[in-house]
Amino acid sequence: MSLAPTRILLRIYIGILFLFVFAPIIASFVFSFNSDRFPTIPLGGFTTHWYEKAFFNAELLPAALNSLTVALSTALLSTFIGFTAAYTDYRYQFFGKTGFLILGLLPPTIPLIIMALAMLGWLSNFHASGMVVSIVIAHTVLCAPFAMAIIRLRLHQMDPNLEPAAHNLGASEWVTMLNIIIPFTRPSIIAALCLTAAVSFDEFAVSWFVSGLNKTIPVVILEILTGNIDPQVNAIGSVVLLVSIALVVIAQSLVMGRTRSTGTAS
Amino acid sequence: MSGQKARRTDWYALSWRVPLIVWQGLFFVGPLLFMIAMSFFIVKNYRMEAAFDWGNWIKTLGRPIFWDSYFLTLRLAFGATILTTLFAFPASFFLSFHASETFRRWAVFFLIIPFFTSYLVRIFAWQVILAQQGVINAGLSLFGLGPYTMLNTMFGTMIGYLTLCLPLAVILQTFALNGVDRRLVEAAHNLGCGKFHTIFAVILPLAKTGFVVAAVFCFILSFGDFVAPYYLGGSKPPTLSIMIIDTSKSGQQWPRAAVVALMMIVTLMGVAFSAIAYAYRRRR
Repeated sequence: MSLAPTRILLRIYIGILFLFVFAPIIASFVFSFNSDRFPTIPLGGFTTHWYEKAFFNAELLPAALNSLTVALSTALLSTFIGFTAAYTDYRYQFFGKTGFLILGLLPPTIPLIIMALAMLGWLSNFHASGMVVSIVIAHTVLCAPFAMAIIRLRLHQMDPNLEPAAHNLGASEWVTMLNIIIPFTRPSIIAALCLTAAVSFDEFAVSWFVSGLNKTIPVVILEILTGNIDPQVNAIGSVVLLVSIALVVIAQSLVMGRTRSTGTAS
Repeated sequence: MSGQKARRTDWYALSWRVPLIVWQGLFFVGPLLFMIAMSFFIVKNYRMEAAFDWGNWIKTLGRPIFWDSYFLTLRLAFGATILTTLFAFPASFFLSFHASETFRRWAVFFLIIPFFTSYLVRIFAWQVILAQQGVINAGLSLFGLGPYTMLNTMFGTMIGYLTLCLPLAVILQTFALNGVDRRLVEAAHNLGCGKFHTIFAVILPLAKTGFVVAAVFCFILSFGDFVAPYYLGGSKPPTLSIMIIDTSKSGQQWPRAAVVALMMIVTLMGVAFSAIAYAYRRRR
């Protein structure tokens, strides 16, 4: 055993770090039920007023619908593209593969505000900005790399002889894909769907630039924030946080659960 | 790997390659290349016209306020990177060397959650917590301290950057430390190297690549973020990201905003490449 005081100090330290990371998330939930307009200590009374205010906010319902449409479409599209890219990387060596992988993984390293401007310019060029589809197009670019990474991880756990074995037994490429590879990667596909939906659901910079009048929820939040402190945001924010946390937790459980089960199997 | 026997076109293989190339080519490479072209366009009566004009570059880079903002953004991002690296290290060190497998698994699980949950909502929560009459100042006043101005200061901006970068930095550093060969650490101890000295002489050099990658991500994230400097830092003076918004949103000056954006990309590439070159440099 190492020096006990160091361990205790490190334990306290990591507690503080987790407190820092989760303080805003917890605070958002607590403040959303707090009657004070400017929440402080001691806390005011319990209220659901901010939720009611948010619920009757005329801007919010269309925004919620837009957010859901965008998140769903983005999840489907980016998971499909991510899957094709991950499978290509798993199975094939070809000229220009490094370029292919860079193309697949680079988008998250470009700051969102830059992507937002570039996307606005590009889409306006084709009179394609200011629509819900514009947001889906942009979000798919940003989310596909995450889907690709998750599915690639799962393919890494697959026995490389499985596919050739199916071929030897007479299955065609497409039959093998449908009966071997897709079932094997299913948990990671669902995880990718959840995670990309979460990323899309929370993205605000690119949406703000390309959405025009078709705002999503994060864009509405951004616009409320530019005004005064409005506790409505805590109520909307709590719901948004719950949705994305749920999606991320489902995604993680699927990825982690499977990692463990194959870990014990092999 | 199943080798391809046939020389003829393998349609199956191609059909898996095409979606990414088409989509990211059209909507990732396309926009970025177009932004280069856009930086030479001119704006007449609030409408952008295709042209090849160096005016945007000369006007934008000729203004002292651009360079003030440029160096401010660089300093802030470097500051955030150093702070995040330092604050993350004790945690990742504990997770990798002292925590149980289960604890580490759960810690990483919990650290991934904030990275994918609304940054905007978390920043708003900080705004309320750090306000003049906020939770922290109310808590401090119980001890007769404060109130301290934390919003609209550099401190506020850094809190925002840490919120953005810290979880990711701890995760990446933990993975880097997990890759360190434990036998080398024990060997150092056996040869009489002190605990503290071992960290700097053995562990950190071995985990260097992962630490640099974590730091590069912090730099990229904080260099491009506009929410922390705007809502927690009061945007006084504006960072480059805020400058892009101001120029493009209010003035419709997309070409000039493109100049700022391209300067940011060049800077990011420069920083990232030199950092990676440093990380992979062979040890003497």
